[in-house]
Amino acid sequence: MKRRHFIQKSTAATVLASVGGLGLQSFSPAKTKKITILHTNDVHSHIDPFGPEDGRNANKGGVARRASLIESIRQENPNTLLLDAGDIFQGTPYFNYYGGELEFKLMSMLKYDVATIGNHDFDNGIDGLYAQIPHAKFEFVSANYDFSNTVMDTHVNPYKIIVRDGIKIGIFGLGIQLDGLVNKDMYKETVYHDPIEIAQDMSRILKEEQSCDLVICLSHIGYYYKNNPDKVSDINVARATKDIDLIIGGHTHTFLPKPTIEKNSIGKNVLVNQVGCFGLYLGKVDFYFESGKGVSAEGASIIV
Amino acid sequence: MTIKHILKLCLLLLIFSCASTHISKIEGKRIDINDSLATSQTIEDFISPYRTHINKNMDSIISYAPKTYSKMDGDLNTAIGNLMADAVFSESNPVFNKRTQKNIDFTLLNHGGIRSIISKGDVTIRSAFGVMPFENSVVVVAIKGTQVNEMMEYLSKAKRAHPISHQLQLTLDKNSAVSSAKVHGEPIDVNRTYYIATNDYLYNGGDGMTFFRPNEGKYVLNYKIRDVLIDNFKKKDTLNPKIDQRFIKLED
Ligand SMILES: [Zn+2]
Repeated sequence: MKRRHFIQKSTAATVLASVGGLGLQSFSPAKTKKITILHTNDVHSHIDPFGPEDGRNANKGGVARRASLIESIRQENPNTLLLDAGDIFQGTPYFNYYGGELEFKLMSMLKYDVATIGNHDFDNGIDGLYAQIPHAKFEFVSANYDFSNTVMDTHVNPYKIIVRDGIKIGIFGLGIQLDGLVNKDMYKETVYHDPIEIAQDMSRILKEEQSCDLVICLSHIGYYYKNNPDKVSDINVARATKDIDLIIGGHTHTFLPKPTIEKNSIGKNVLVNQVGCFGLYLGKVDFYFESGKGVSAEGASIIV
Repeated sequence: MTIKHILKLCLLLLIFSCASTHISKIEGKRIDINDSLATSQTIEDFISPYRTHINKNMDSIISYAPKTYSKMDGDLNTAIGNLMADAVFSESNPVFNKRTQKNIDFTLLNHGGIRSIISKGDVTIRSAFGVMPFENSVVVVAIKGTQVNEMMEYLSKAKRAHPISHQLQLTLDKNSAVSSAKVHGEPIDVNRTYYIATNDYLYNGGDGMTFFRPNEGKYVLNYKIRDVLIDNFKKKDTLNPKIDQRFIKLED
């Protein structure tokens, strides 16, 4: 596949400034650290690959293949995180028969670290989701769903901090408005809060209070709504916040050939990515870290 | 670590007391999951018993079809469409009635929502998944007779065998204009409220069906169309749907 590689932002000035500012470091060879973020979204119970006769996705997808791919990436870089942006459930008889048990068990075997919750994850009601929690050896994050008055209380955290190779990674979750999308009988007393405000709060907490080196938003609010541009979306969250490095999205089943680079509220770059649906693709974003005087992230070169 | 190293470290710490780790480079791409990748045998072996069980269950026989039924057989009503619309009516009405003490007047589905034929021979759960692979579920909508008339206009113009249940009788004249429309044998009363069972796709305006909004009430039954079919087929030794007179066009 022919992919256009380009360097988004790496002006000579930035490079010179960093070199000048970090002159002393050249005495001690600074170690570059690499964190690999792998991600899926809207897998919708697609455990088996599509068959050869499938009209659209012939021979694509499949958890057993995803497993071997992830394994080889982990061998290359053990500092790899595996994330899912929701809608794990619903789409094949595996869900109709087992209610999500197999999906969670397989994700645990693939060593998923964190997932957020999609609207279809309520398809067997919040009780149906809760019933599968024992099968999940990974954690759920959602910062804008308040589950206090539901069975999911204490099973979902606003964010999760993971440290790999000394790099502190903060991951918070965002979920879509359930009213109008999911029957109230299904989500019960789950309370939805505005994702923008929550994202502003979360990024501040993770960056300033928790001093995370990398802030990731795991979202199921949708990439962007062309016909309703003001509707809250990943693109709008990217523009309205600061200190988020990467937004991994879902819900709109948007097949992005490469991550989108968006400017945040202070003009810095944010990556927004989504890999369609049904486990047809695996998203991979590598972050390289240098230690030294804080250089703004916009100085980072982005190769997509 | 030598003294020199430690000194250097101290110096660095001193100078860069607010030193932080920063991102110097980001690379992003997506990777295709396809048959060029190896299959993890561990994962495959884990899935296998689940798959076997599902396949066995999907192949369990719930009824019998004396003929093959296709949505292509018939003009304005088809045997398979009549089967589905009548099944939605008869399985949903008890649920709706129990909840609201009201009755459904009739069902409207969409021709495009019939996703597969029912083949002659044993009817299995897999057959129901074939006909209705999606998760669409039954919605009952309360609309005024005026909107039911809009629906009749829509059906007359669509000229497709959108499935309706037998409580509705729609006859078009030779120019495809509505000649008569009756519910339970009575003409449509513009002042009356009708309870129409449909699916959530059409309720949301699918196939250009705009007559469900505004409405006087929406009742989500949490009943998937596929489950309606499975429940309905299980009650019948033999499926014997017929093309009938419920939706026809007069020739002259
Ligand atoms: Zn989805």
